Amino acid sequence: MFKFTLSRILQAIPVMLVVVTVTFFLVRLAPGGPFDAEKAVPPEVLRALEANYNLDLPVWQQFTHYIGDLLQGDFGPSFRYPGRSVNELIAAGLPASAELGFYALLVAIVIGILAGIISSLRPNTAQDYIPMSAAMIGICMPSFLLGPVLVLIFGIWLEWVPVSGWGDIPGDKILPALTMGSAYAAYIARLSRGGMLEVLSQDYIRTARAKGLPERVVIFKHALRGGIVPVIAYLGPAFAGLLTGSFVVETIFQIPGLGRFFVQAAFNRDYTMIMGSTIFFALLIIVFNLLSDIVAVWINPRLRHQTQGG
Amino acid sequence: MAMTESPLDTSNIDQEQLLASAEKGTSLWADAWVRLRKNRLALVGLAILVFLTVVSILTPWIAPYGYEVQDLALGASAPSREHWFGTDIFGRDLLTRVMYGGRMSLAVGFVATGVALVIGVLWGTVAGYAGGRVDAVMMRIVDILYALPFMIFIILLMVVFGRNILLLFLAIGAVEWLTMARIVRSQVQSLRKQEFIEAAYSLGLSRWRIIHRHLIPNTLGPVIVYTTLTIPSVMLLEAFLSFLGLGVQPPASSWGLLINNGVETMEEYPWLLIFPGLALSITLFSLNFLGDGLRDALDPRASKD
Amino acid sequence: MAIWRRVLTPLICLWLTACGGGETNVEMGNREKILQFGNRTEPQELDPHIVTGIPEANIIAALLEGLVAKDPKTLEPIPAVAERWEISDDGKTYTFFLRKNARWSNRDPVTARDFVWSWWRALQPALGNQYAYMLFVIENAEAYNKGDIQDFERVGVKALDDHTLEVRLTHPTPYFLQLLDHQSTYPVHRGTIEAFGAPDQRGTRWTRPGNYVGNGPFVLTTWQLNKIIEVRKNPYYWDADNVRLNGIDFRPIENVSTEERMFRAGQLHITQTIPIDKVPEYRKNNPGVLQVAPYLGTYYYRFNVKKPPFDDPLVRKALNLAIDRKAIVTSITKGGELPATTFTPPDTMGYTAESDLRFDPEEARRLLAEAGYPDGEGFPVTDLLYNTSEGHQKIAVAIQQMWNQYLNVDIKLNNQDWKVFLNSVNLGDYDIARAGWIGDYVDPNTFLDMWVTGGGNNQTGWSNPRYDEIILKLAPAADTQAERYALMREAEAILLDELPVIPLYIYTSKSLIKPSVHGIYGNLLDHILYKNVWLSDADGNK
Repeated sequence: MFKFTLSRILQAIPVMLVVVTVTFFLVRLAPGGPFDAEKAVPPEVLRALEANYNLDLPVWQQFTHYIGDLLQGDFGPSFRYPGRSVNELIAAGLPASAELGFYALLVAIVIGILAGIISSLRPNTAQDYIPMSAAMIGICMPSFLLGPVLVLIFGIWLEWVPVSGWGDIPGDKILPALTMGSAYAAYIARLSRGGMLEVLSQDYIRTARAKGLPERVVIFKHALRGGIVPVIAYLGPAFAGLLTGSFVVETIFQIPGLGRFFVQAAFNRDYTMIMGSTIFFALLIIVFNLLSDIVAVWINPRLRHQTQGG
Repeated sequence: MAMTESPLDTSNIDQEQLLASAEKGTSLWADAWVRLRKNRLALVGLAILVFLTVVSILTPWIAPYGYEVQDLALGASAPSREHWFGTDIFGRDLLTRVMYGGRMSLAVGFVATGVALVIGVLWGTVAGYAGGRVDAVMMRIVDILYALPFMIFIILLMVVFGRNILLLFLAIGAVEWLTMARIVRSQVQSLRKQEFIEAAYSLGLSRWRIIHRHLIPNTLGPVIVYTTLTIPSVMLLEAFLSFLGLGVQPPASSWGLLINNGVETMEEYPWLLIFPGLALSITLFSLNFLGDGLRDALDPRASKD
Repeated sequence: MAIWRRVLTPLICLWLTACGGGETNVEMGNREKILQFGNRTEPQELDPHIVTGIPEANIIAALLEGLVAKDPKTLEPIPAVAERWEISDDGKTYTFFLRKNARWSNRDPVTARDFVWSWWRALQPALGNQYAYMLFVIENAEAYNKGDIQDFERVGVKALDDHTLEVRLTHPTPYFLQLLDHQSTYPVHRGTIEAFGAPDQRGTRWTRPGNYVGNGPFVLTTWQLNKIIEVRKNPYYWDADNVRLNGIDFRPIENVSTEERMFRAGQLHITQTIPIDKVPEYRKNNPGVLQVAPYLGTYYYRFNVKKPPFDDPLVRKALNLAIDRKAIVTSITKGGELPATTFTPPDTMGYTAESDLRFDPEEARRLLAEAGYPDGEGFPVTDLLYNTSEGHQKIAVAIQQMWNQYLNVDIKLNNQDWKVFLNSVNLGDYDIARAGWIGDYVDPNTFLDMWVTGGGNNQTGWSNPRYDEIILKLAPAADTQAERYALMREAEAILLDELPVIPLYIYTSKSLIKPSVHGIYGNLLDHILYKNVWLSDADGNK
């Protein structure tokens, strides 16, 4: 296992290198520069601005400058927010996004896996259809719809919870966590139902049942381990996505998270911020995909033997 | 651990039978159809999907109005005898727009998901089966693609190729296959060491034959489930991309776009959200029931029950 | 399972306490006299010589004060840092007498030298001040900013003593006093800026809470990214006795629907705008909180006159005549906008251009036939370009249909992401493109000087020598306002006859304002004089 983890960490280096290089040149290919504005910017002002951020240098020199700074952990200054560094912006947005992501994940895993197990036990009965229909509604209701609907019902009509905010008024974290978690819960429910059905029809489960083990043990101890394999493969990227925030949920609920910065950076052509957010996201993807692969091996010992080989 | 031992209890006859039934591809599908026919919900789902597809194809001839015909003076009006689903703020007939929107959404949903499915399943199976260095390289490519900034990618696609419906499929397919590949790979990995695959191997079947006769059919369960999940997310992604200017251009529309616009005015003109929302939900429920039915029907082990 | 307890307990507590209700921001604000202000986007910066956006200007207006302010109702100049001023007979020399009790928030006096230094800074080329042109009416300011002259002594601004400032202009400029209430002419505190970096360095830490030294009615106390900016009363402000608010909380709220819901839930006193489709609803059921006022801006479409068939004025005129502006403002924009028949909004400081822009499909068809496209036959497929936005799209969809219906021409809609859109327009890579122009000050010049040949904001390729002559030479040198306006009317008539652009409607500003807020009036610039604003205890809406 150690060897496996180590080799994956080593593999991360070329992955990051490719991501950094491709993104660096990709963002500069997109038309429109960071300083274009509705009112035309006078050419001499534009020149001053570009000189300020080294954008007047040849692209390859910009690249070496950037890599040099990056190796020292410096993502550079934001083009959009002149007084801010990218490091500062990410640090400012991360706590709210991570906290929201954590609650959303909690909602997603608890509700999703429970619903998945319940419906897999009696496939094609009411016990299957009801949780799965609820899951389908979760999928059909994208967050740009679910968020406003929840706010309207619970925030404005019933006045149970605040309509927006993050940590300002008690209860303002409930709706964002539900909105963000529900789509993931729906996915997890569907995937775990499928996985469970797959496993429950396998021979070793029959054997376990034949041995007279209590159903609870069979399901939670034996079947669940194999049944959530597809869920775990899904959770890797999902987790990275949850942590870096959701533009939609953060905008609807006025949450000071990373998602808003990430999406706006692309629209604003804030080159350094796009780079910073991409690198940050890539790191999370690598870490969580690795973790999800490790967990998959740990849960399903049948895989162990072969991952040691590769 | 008990379960690692348990497969030893099963007889080899089971494996032989399995192998035999999987080999006879045609009988697998024929069996599946027989089993699917017993699943009433799946059949209802199938019927609804067929109905919606037929309506979509016939829309240009049966739609009550033109999708672009405006009546600015009328504006947004509630459902009435003339306009069963009401009209939007331009006074355009919503029933007509939902019908035309369905053409777009169904096409995007099926084609883009199909693209994602093919790439994802092949990529995941090969990576999972090959293991070792090939697996590592293939999955790191997936990591890279996950990490690249999607918005910039879309903006570039638009600029380089202009507006094009094909690009929409391409862009969506390009992102949706990644998770599919991860799921299939993890599934293949856990199957690879199972006895019937090893049995097939010892019988001297070629690698390709094993992949395509045994591994792919056995990963169908999660693949079908994930496919039924991908179709709705593709339809909603389409709305987002269309809003950005890639894909559907007004006055044409799609369900995702109609819903997107309906949310803005859900308090003032609720019908603009309800009808497209219902159309999308009904489609997704049907797909889902059909998907579950197919999953059960295609399960290679189900024949034993 | 300690982790579960640590996570679940607060969650359950949140659920339980959530239903308790509690005080809203507005109730708290009314009690503490703190205005809850919805402010669109996170400000890029709070340096008056760098920022360009309205949200930034809203905050800076609370932190800094110029020589002159504007009356919140009439927009006439009123004394601010300058107690009074004298204008020479030729209208080119202004002498400002600064009040002796004007202070910075660190108690330093505000002097004439502060203004000279601040304008010197605002004109530094390296600072990249996009609004430096607001100072270009001052003698030699433009040459200095462009690097043509190096000696700032030659620029027409001089401190005669600590409290007297003399400004020399190139031309008599009737709108000069208005420019002094724009953030690019505000003073900044030299000691503070120099403590955090070079004067022409962008983005130093001088604008952070605790560092910011201003001369306005409020001081910056809190700046949480994407969440809130709090300003509180500045006790050293010269007119602090008349400032009735204790502070303002600016919240950057990008989504207009979110903003409206927050207003309804009592989290905001005032919003920046309102979702279009909610306007009729508020008009009908809650007109007291809705404030709609004409706004100094024009929404228009520009033609690429370099590209056939739009190089033919007949085609442009035909397309113009086939637009039913009244239907657009009543059925689509719905916010009381005025159908535009001129490019400069009517009655801009007493100026109204003459125009015969109208809706006449008959005449439109006739002109199109005359241009060689009878019944739209042979008219090339045309792209109508707009930047991605619900509002622009709605207008484009309506106009697409009108042109199709009345002229039988086929228009393709093309939306692009904002930066791509700017790039396309800038490069002339379009047929017809959506645009909007908000005046920098209340004078027709801000609407007309952009259309001179090669002007940075012209971007249509249109050029007319007589127009250039009037705008660049004759009008600035005119002796009287009447003479100047007559020249400008002549120029605008040329513009409206050749129609490189078709004005569609005159903007309105739309806000939701709680009844407990007083002292905010709708005006052409959507301008608020914060020291004039006060909050009553009762919130009539609740």
